[in-house]
Amino acid sequence: MTAMLTRRALLKSGACALAATAAAPRFLLRAAAAAEPRRKVLVAVFQRGAVDGLNMIVPYGDRDYTAARRSIAIRPPRSGDPGAVVDLDGFFGLHPALGLLEPLWRLGALAVVHACGSPHATRSHFDAQDYMESGTPGVKSTPDGWLSRAAQTRPTPASPLHAVALGPTLPRILRGDAGAISMASLDNFDVRATAQTAGARQGFESLYEQGVQDLLHGTGRETFEAVRMLKRANATSLAPTNGAQYPRSRLGESLRQVAQLIRADVGLEIAFTDAGGWDTHVGQGAEQGQLAARLRDFGASLTAFAQDLGDRMGDVVVFTMSEFGRTVAENGNRGTDHGHATAMLLFGGGVRGGRVYGRWPGLARERLYEGRDLAVTTDFRALFAEVAGRQLGIANPATLFPGWAGAPPLGVLA
Amino acid sequence: MRRRAAAVAVPLALVAAVLSAYAAAPIPTDDASIVHALCRLGFGPRPGDVERVRSMGLTTWIERQLDASRIDDAATEQALAPLGTLTMSIAALQKEYPRPPAREKSADPQMAPRAMYDRPPPEKRPIRIVAELQAARLVRAIESERQLQEVMVDFWFNHFNVHAAKGEVKWYVTAYERDVIRPNALGRFGDLLRGTARHPAMLFYLDNWLSTRPDFTVRSGPNRGNRAGLNENYARELMELHTLGVDGGYTQKDVTEVARAFTGWTIDRPRDAAHFAFRPARHDGGDKTVLGLRLAAGGGQDDGERVLTLLLRHPATAKHVATKLVRRFVADEPPPALVERVAASFRATHGDVKAMLRTIVASPEFWASDARRAKIKKPFEYVASAVRALGGHVDARAAARLARSVAEMGEPLYGAQPPTGYPDRAEAWVNAGALLARMNFALALTQRRLPGVTLDLAPLAAERTAPDTALDRVLVALLHNDVTAQTRAVLTAQLADPEIRRQTPDDRGPADTDLEKLTALVLGSPEFQRR
Repeated sequence: MTAMLTRRALLKSGACALAATAAAPRFLLRAAAAAEPRRKVLVAVFQRGAVDGLNMIVPYGDRDYTAARRSIAIRPPRSGDPGAVVDLDGFFGLHPALGLLEPLWRLGALAVVHACGSPHATRSHFDAQDYMESGTPGVKSTPDGWLSRAAQTRPTPASPLHAVALGPTLPRILRGDAGAISMASLDNFDVRATAQTAGARQGFESLYEQGVQDLLHGTGRETFEAVRMLKRANATSLAPTNGAQYPRSRLGESLRQVAQLIRADVGLEIAFTDAGGWDTHVGQGAEQGQLAARLRDFGASLTAFAQDLGDRMGDVVVFTMSEFGRTVAENGNRGTDHGHATAMLLFGGGVRGGRVYGRWPGLARERLYEGRDLAVTTDFRALFAEVAGRQLGIANPATLFPGWAGAPPLGVLA
Repeated sequence: MRRRAAAVAVPLALVAAVLSAYAAAPIPTDDASIVHALCRLGFGPRPGDVERVRSMGLTTWIERQLDASRIDDAATEQALAPLGTLTMSIAALQKEYPRPPAREKSADPQMAPRAMYDRPPPEKRPIRIVAELQAARLVRAIESERQLQEVMVDFWFNHFNVHAAKGEVKWYVTAYERDVIRPNALGRFGDLLRGTARHPAMLFYLDNWLSTRPDFTVRSGPNRGNRAGLNENYARELMELHTLGVDGGYTQKDVTEVARAFTGWTIDRPRDAAHFAFRPARHDGGDKTVLGLRLAAGGGQDDGERVLTLLLRHPATAKHVATKLVRRFVADEPPPALVERVAASFRATHGDVKAMLRTIVASPEFWASDARRAKIKKPFEYVASAVRALGGHVDARAAARLARSVAEMGEPLYGAQPPTGYPDRAEAWVNAGALLARMNFALALTQRRLPGVTLDLAPLAAERTAPDTALDRVLVALLHNDVTAQTRAVLTAQLADPEIRRQTPDDRGPADTDLEKLTALVLGSPEFQRR
């Protein structure tokens, strides 16, 4: 904690000294942006609550799949059956509610990593999310999140909007020295002064400009830099293009705004958003129902994002994560309990899609983790290191994950 | 009643021991310490509070707060009177605020015009129940004389969190807070644990009401013929969050065994009066082993009761609860020595909340200079403290509006989806969007753009003399003059800014304008974000 604040304080006071002299840093920033107009962007989507990877990317070819799921198994692919699995490769298929993603797969832009997860055994949502965000399974004292560490590898000066989380709070994954910004929405990201309080923004800004170097002051300074940048870029005026229709859900709204930030060229490199509702202990449903509704929103939001960005997707990689998967067998309430491995999706420029990556451990009882869950065959760190390393140009991305020796790349990114 | 009397008589010696430790560390008497106590044990001082506490003595004030039921709070009750749902039974709430008619399964997801007609008017929709609860929380935090009790209600609700938006919980959550959390907020941890374990809100939220022995077949009702089975959601969170803590030494096997022990703990008539019921037919009657304790076959409802007793007496529970209390009242990183002493109080008194709080306020750690303003206010704490600092009062409608502000800052009350409840650490609340939301709230509040919130800025403006006098008054009133030189300098510079002092269109003098803006700036300052 102390080390983190000290380092952050140093960085911030340096940035502040520049800002105090003139508009110099922003001018430099714009020049930098012009020299490198097509910045690479990494977009992370967290499915909080542990998505049932087995019903999201269905291993219908595994003979033990259907038997374990009396009421919630998805029917194997059959032409003309809209409630059946959408086949991907003859063994795996999409939940029918994710059908919108099929074209991305056929174009070779969408990849899946299955049986992916944490080497740590915890089935606590809180701990497992914490480990996935700190990037250090089993170590709770890690002060920062791994996406924050990834952001810090980028050359400075960074844009005040280089790392952004859409949502009311800054997630663990972006906490740290990177100066990541969180916002519930782009529209409300400013001081709303009236005629009587004109200048209030300047007043608030001054209050956070000087004084002790702590989390509060550092955040205050970053906030106002970001407010100015966003205002100048006028990102909120950009309507979705290419006929993209985002669901009016939290995820849809978040991704719509991430696309605005990308198209407004504000220097965004890392974006994060999350969606809840995956903790389906009761009445999970099969081709219809609770999980299907969540997946429909998930698929429609991701699809709209890809459509909206169009060619620009060539510079963008979206990847999804969830803290763990769910039990192979359904429980007593037509739901599933906390499990182990799950499936993660990637799409965008450079993704070698149309393939399911990772070794499939199988669903036969003797192959299951602790006799009940899908085993982890791909450590989430292997996937994250490869994604961040390739997309952000980090030479040795294993160092983003302290205490981890690294792993051979999956080859999921060109 | 008789049982309670006996329970009080036995540990008197223990209480005396704790009290003597309490007397050993004298409570400071200076004004800065009074402000500290008002900020930590309540939602911050109102104008005049420091003087009142000084004249009665800080020790007396703390003792009174610990004995909340004896504090007259009639004015608050009056302010709550328009919130009719607060006193209604679960059955009455389900009748008055019915669930919307079920849509046809095959219908278009867009609601048909016909169904729109059938929707009840807004004041009859279930969402109203939660809105009234939120408003009540704000009314109480701002108005109640029982400040410590309100702090503890918030603390325990988060500890035993339920999410109002999950299914039936919205009809249960009023009773849950009223009948389980509030009466025991300064009582015994065991009563909270047992009360939550059998309350429909918790049974529903963590799915235990559906958990049955393997291959149980539902015999009647709409799910007749369905096969049910074990659901381990409650069992896991009971140990991870309510009692032992995640590192409390339990295994997956323990989770499964605890889940088996609680099979049959369910809800009778969930869409009417919704009482706790134990259904032997659903219970897994086999023998079980939980954390090394063998529960012989045929224990029935007693299996669950024995698990609760086991968890209550487990030292990991004392430590887990102590850690959370010290984090709330002292620092984000709880001093281990104090945690150990508070855990000892838990063990000595079987979880007496007052005893644990006494250990905390009697500790040098609580009063230490590095503990002052060490905590970042949660949004709920921030909003309540801002209104209080300005001598504000709220009616029920204004309180509902304030609850929306709290939500915009990231803490929609009763809206924490995960069973962890809302976090109590700075990193969770300090971020760009939330900080702007706080500043915008400060502006809206001081400019009286929040209808129904009455503020008393007059004392701040009593003398319209030099601007620095107004600044001094505001800093004394809102920050008790405990302010960095930098903040003072910035605010002074703001006053000198001609842009800020210009005449306003509505003909109010520059002094008023200055005062509103100045007050907003102080409420948005780094100092006011802390308690």
